[in-house]
Amino acid sequence: MTATLATAETVVAQNVFFYLIAAVMVIAALRVVTTSNMVHAALYLVVVLAGVAAQFILLGAEFVGVTQVLVYIGAVIVLFLFGIMLTRAKVGAEDGLSHDNVVPAILTAVLLLLVMGFAVVDFAKAPWSDGTLVIDALDRAPTTVEQVSDSIFSTYIVAFEAISVLLLAALIGAIVVARKE
Amino acid sequence: MYLVQFLILSSVLFCIGVYGVLARRNAVLVLMSIELILNAVNINLIAFGAFNGAAIPAEVFALFIIAVAAAEVGVGLALVLTIYRNSKNIDLHQVDLLKG
Amino acid sequence: MSTTYLATEASNLAVEASGFFLENVWIIPAIMAASFVVILGFGKRMPRGGSEVGIAAVAVCFVLALLTAGQWIGQVNEAAACTPETCDYIVDEHHDAEADADEHHDEEGAFQVDTGVGSSDGESASALTAFTEAEEGSTAAAAKAVVSERTWWSNGGINFTVGTMVDGLTVTLLVVVTLVSLLVHIYSTDYVAGDRRFTHYFGFLSLFTAAMLFFVTSANVLQMIVGWELVGVCSFALIGHWWEEQPNSDAALKAFLTNRVGDIGLLIGMIVLFFASDEKWGIIEINAGAIEGTTSHTLLLIASLCLLAAVMSKSGQFFLHTWLPDAMAGPTPVSALIHAATMVVAGVYLIARLYGVFFHGLSIGGSSINALAVIGAVTTLVGASLAFVQDDIKKVLAYSTISQLGYMTLALGVGAWTAAVFHLTTHALFKACLFLGAGSVSHAVHSFDMKKDMGGMRKFMPTTYKTFLIGSIALAGLPPLAGFWSKDEILAGTGGWGFFEGESHANGAYTIMLVMGMITAAMTAAYMTRVMYLTFFGEFRGGHHDDAHHGDPHESGPRILWPLRILAGLAVVAGLMNLPKGFLGLPSGWTLRFEHYVEPLAATGYFPKISHADPSWSLAIFSTLVVASAVGVAYYYYFVRVNAQSPSATELVNGPTERSRLLKAGHTMLKNRYYLDHIYDGGEPVGAAGANAMGTIFGAAAGLTLGFSLDNGLNQPFWPSVMWGVILGLTIFTIVTAALRTGMGIASVVKQPMANAANWVHENVIDAAVDEVGKNSVKTADALYKYIDQGVIDGSVNAAGRGSQGAGGELRRWSTGKVQQYATVMFAGATLLAGLLIIVI
Repeated sequence: MTATLATAETVVAQNVFFYLIAAVMVIAALRVVTTSNMVHAALYLVVVLAGVAAQFILLGAEFVGVTQVLVYIGAVIVLFLFGIMLTRAKVGAEDGLSHDNVVPAILTAVLLLLVMGFAVVDFAKAPWSDGTLVIDALDRAPTTVEQVSDSIFSTYIVAFEAISVLLLAALIGAIVVARKE
Repeated sequence: MYLVQFLILSSVLFCIGVYGVLARRNAVLVLMSIELILNAVNINLIAFGAFNGAAIPAEVFALFIIAVAAAEVGVGLALVLTIYRNSKNIDLHQVDLLKG
Repeated sequence: MSTTYLATEASNLAVEASGFFLENVWIIPAIMAASFVVILGFGKRMPRGGSEVGIAAVAVCFVLALLTAGQWIGQVNEAAACTPETCDYIVDEHHDAEADADEHHDEEGAFQVDTGVGSSDGESASALTAFTEAEEGSTAAAAKAVVSERTWWSNGGINFTVGTMVDGLTVTLLVVVTLVSLLVHIYSTDYVAGDRRFTHYFGFLSLFTAAMLFFVTSANVLQMIVGWELVGVCSFALIGHWWEEQPNSDAALKAFLTNRVGDIGLLIGMIVLFFASDEKWGIIEINAGAIEGTTSHTLLLIASLCLLAAVMSKSGQFFLHTWLPDAMAGPTPVSALIHAATMVVAGVYLIARLYGVFFHGLSIGGSSINALAVIGAVTTLVGASLAFVQDDIKKVLAYSTISQLGYMTLALGVGAWTAAVFHLTTHALFKACLFLGAGSVSHAVHSFDMKKDMGGMRKFMPTTYKTFLIGSIALAGLPPLAGFWSKDEILAGTGGWGFFEGESHANGAYTIMLVMGMITAAMTAAYMTRVMYLTFFGEFRGGHHDDAHHGDPHESGPRILWPLRILAGLAVVAGLMNLPKGFLGLPSGWTLRFEHYVEPLAATGYFPKISHADPSWSLAIFSTLVVASAVGVAYYYYFVRVNAQSPSATELVNGPTERSRLLKAGHTMLKNRYYLDHIYDGGEPVGAAGANAMGTIFGAAAGLTLGFSLDNGLNQPFWPSVMWGVILGLTIFTIVTAALRTGMGIASVVKQPMANAANWVHENVIDAAVDEVGKNSVKTADALYKYIDQGVIDGSVNAAGRGSQGAGGELRRWSTGKVQQYATVMFAGATLLAGLLIIVI
C-alpha cells in the first residue's frame, strides 16, 4: 500500500495532465451549455469528448479511448452537425437558446452536484478506504485489445448480442421516424 | 492519481449535462447535453475499473455505453427532424403537445 | 428409499421423501397454458366455442391438485408419525412400496441433516422432513417443501433456475384456484353465452388460471414476478372484456396503471432481496437468510416496505385500492374468480410465501405497530365503511373484498399466519359464492343496481336466494359457517384480550387491531343485511325496462345454480377444517387440521418461529354477539322500519342521514369514496388545492406509519425517524399521484387507438393466421378494409375528440406541457431522494 501511495503522490506528470485536461473539459462543457452559437456548441463538445478520451488513456484504457475518438468525434459529432444543418439553425450567434427555466435548472444542477460531491467525499472517508483510494494504473500494463475482445465474445456475449439487436432496432427506428411520408 | 479526482470530474460534467438538458431550448443542444451525461458516466466506470482491478469489464461496459449512445443520437436526431418537419421549429419551449 | 439419519440437536432431523405429483406439479399450469393456446387457435371452430377445452383442462387440473394435496397430506402424516427413534424403520418400510414408482431416488437417498438452510442443488428434486419440538413437548415433525428445479441459464456466476416448490401453502392455493376456476368456467358457459368474444373470454380464463397456478408454484422470486405480471395482464384483458363501452376500458386501464405503481415496488423489493440475501433468487434461501439473521436487517426492512407497495396495489389495500371497485366493470364470473378469490389474494400469498422476510423485516413478533398491521387494519375499516353506501351489488362485494383482504393483511401483520391463509381459503369460497349469486341475480334483471332494479328477488330465484344467504352469513361470520372460524382465529391472533389480561398472548398484544377488527366484523354483518334486504326482500322494483321481451325475472339455469350450490355447501363446512384446539373436547386429530397440514414449522428453516394464540371462548362469544347485534340493528332498520314505510322503499324518507348534519357529512364523504379518486385525478369537487391538502394528510399518515416502522426496524431515535418517515411519505405520495395523473392523461390520449389495435390484432392477426389454412383471402381483405375504415379513420377521429377532452380535463391543472419543467421536477425529486438515502444509509 505504501508503495502505491508513493507512486500516486510522486508521479507529478500524470496529475498535472489530469488537472490540465480536467480544467479544459469543464470549461468546454460549460461553453457547450451556455454558448449562443450552435456550431460552436458542437465544436466545444468535440473538446470535451477528446478530453474524455485522454482521461481514458490516462487510466490505461487505451482501446476505449481510441473508440471514443473514432465513434464520438468521428461519427456522433458529424451527426450533430448534420442535425444542426438540417434543422436550418443560424450559423452565427442566436438569441434565446436557453429559456426561462434557467434558474430552476441551475438550482437543480447545483443541488445534484452537492449531493454527489457529498456522496463522493463520504465514500472517500469510509473506514475501509483508508482515505487514499489510489488508482495504481501505472503499476500495471494497459489492457490490450485482445483482452477486451476475449471478454466481449465470451463472458459478455449475451449483452453483446443484445447491443447488436439494439443498434439494428435504432437503425430501423431512425429510418422509420425520419422518412418523409 | 486518486479515484476521488475522477469521481469529482465526472460529477461536475454530469451536473453540467443536467443543466443543459433542463435549460436549453434547442432540441439538438439538449441531445448534446445528454452526451455530456453519458461521458461522465463512462469516466466513472473506467476509473472504478482501474481502481479495483476490474479494468476489463469496466471497459467492455464503457464500449457498450458508447454503442448505446450512438443509437440514442441516431434516434434522437431522427425525432428532432420529424418535429422540425411538422412544426418548422425545434424549440422545446414551443413543443408543448403535452399541454392540456 | 434408503435412509439413515443423524441428529444434530435434539429436535433437528431431516428425512428425504418424495411423491410424483409433488415433484411434477409443473404439469398443472402447463395444462392450462396448453388449453389457452388451443382455445385461441382453434376455439372458434369448436362446437362450443372452446369452452369445452377450458373446462376439461381445468377439471383435469383440479383432480391433479387434489392428488397433489393428497400426497402432501400423506407426507405430513408420514413425517408426523416419524420420531427420532422410529423414523429409520418407518421410512425403510416405505422404501419397497415407493421404489418402483421412483427408481432414481435410490441413488440419492442419503438422509440429510437439516441445518436450517434450505439447500436445493438445482438438479434433483428433494424433500426434507424436519423434526421440531411441538408445544406439548413431544416430538412432531414437519415436512419440508418439495423443490424441484432445473438450471435455466447462468450468467456472470449466477445460476438462474426454474422450478416448482410445493408445500402446504402451495397446495392450498392449488386446490382453491382450480376449484373456483372450474366452477367459474362452468358458470360462464351460461353467463356469457352468445357473447361476441366468447372464445376470447375462455382463452383468457385459461391463461389466467395458468398464470395464477404458475405464480403459486414458483420456486423463486423471479418466477413469482412473471406470474404476478401475467395475472395482471389477464385481469386487464378481462376487466375490459366489453371495452366498447367507455367506463369498461377506463376501468381496465385504471386497474393496470394502479398496479404498475405497486409493481415498481415489487421489482425494487425483489432486487433488494436478491442482493441482500447474497445473490439468491430461491424463496427458501431468501427466507432462510432472513430467519438466520445473515441478511442485513435494514435491507430486509426496505425490501419488505417495497414489497408492501406491490401488495397494496395487487391486493387492493388502502390507499391503492381504488381500482378494485372499478374492476367490477368486467363480467361477473371474472370478478368472482380474479377479483375476489384468486388474483387479489396474490399479494397476501406473496407475504405468506416470503414470511421470513416480512416477519423479521417489520419486526412482527414484537408487539409493535408495524406497517403491515396498520395498512391491513385501515383497509379493513375503509372497505367495510364504503361497502355501506354502494347501490351496485357488485361494488358492495368489491368493497367487502377489500375489507376482507385487509383482514388477511392484518392477520399477517400480527403474526397470525395460519389464520390469514385459512381466511384466504374460506373467503375464496364464500365470496365466489356471493359474486356468482350477484351475477345470477343480474342475469335475471339485467342490472346491478339494487335500488332501481332489484328487491323481492327471493320469490323469483329461490335457489340463488338460499345460496346468497349462506354466503352472506359466512361472510358476516356467524357460527358455525366458514367465515366465523377464520375471522375468529384472526381476532384471537391479534393477541386476544392481551391489553386486559397481561402477557398471555401470542406474537404481541395488538389490541388496537382487535378493536378495528371487531368494528369491521360489525359493519360487515350490517352491510350484508342491507344487501340481503335490498336484493331479495321488499317488492320487486325492476321491470321498467323498455325492452318488453324480458318480462318477469326468472331463476337461472343449472349451469349457474350448481356452482352456487357447491360453493354454498363448502362455505358451510370449510370452517371445520381448522377447529380450535380442544374445541368441545375433540381429540387432537380433529382440530387444527389446516394448521397441521399447511403451516410450515420453524424447523424447515424457511419459516419464522411464530407462536399461536390460544382460542378464547370469551372472544368468540363476544364477537358473535357483536355480529348478531349489528345484524339486529340493520334488520330493524331495513326489514322493520323501511319495510313498514313501503315494501318498495330502499331507505327511510327522513332517515338519520337527513336528520343529523354530522351523519349526512359522513354519508357524503363515503359516497365520494373518501375523495381518493378525486385526489388521484385532481378532479372536482376536491380540486387541485383540495387534492394537495388531502394528499398532504395522507402522505403524513403514510409517513407516520413508515416512521414507526423505521423506528422499530432500525432502532433509531423516535422523532427523527418519524420526521424522515413524514418526508419520505410525502415524497412517495407525490410521486405516486404524479405518476397516476400523468399515466391517466397519456392513457386517455392513446387508449382508443390501443383498444382498436388490440381488437384488430385479435380479430385479424390470430384468426387470419388460422383462417388462411382453410379459407380464401376475401375475408382478410374485408377485414383490412374494416380496419382501415373503422380502425384508423373512425378511431383517430374519435381519439382526437376524446383525447383532447380527456387530456384537457385531467392535465390542465397540473401541467404546462413543457417537457423540461417536468424533467426539472423529476431530477430535483430524484436528487432529494438520493440525498435522503445517502444520509439515512
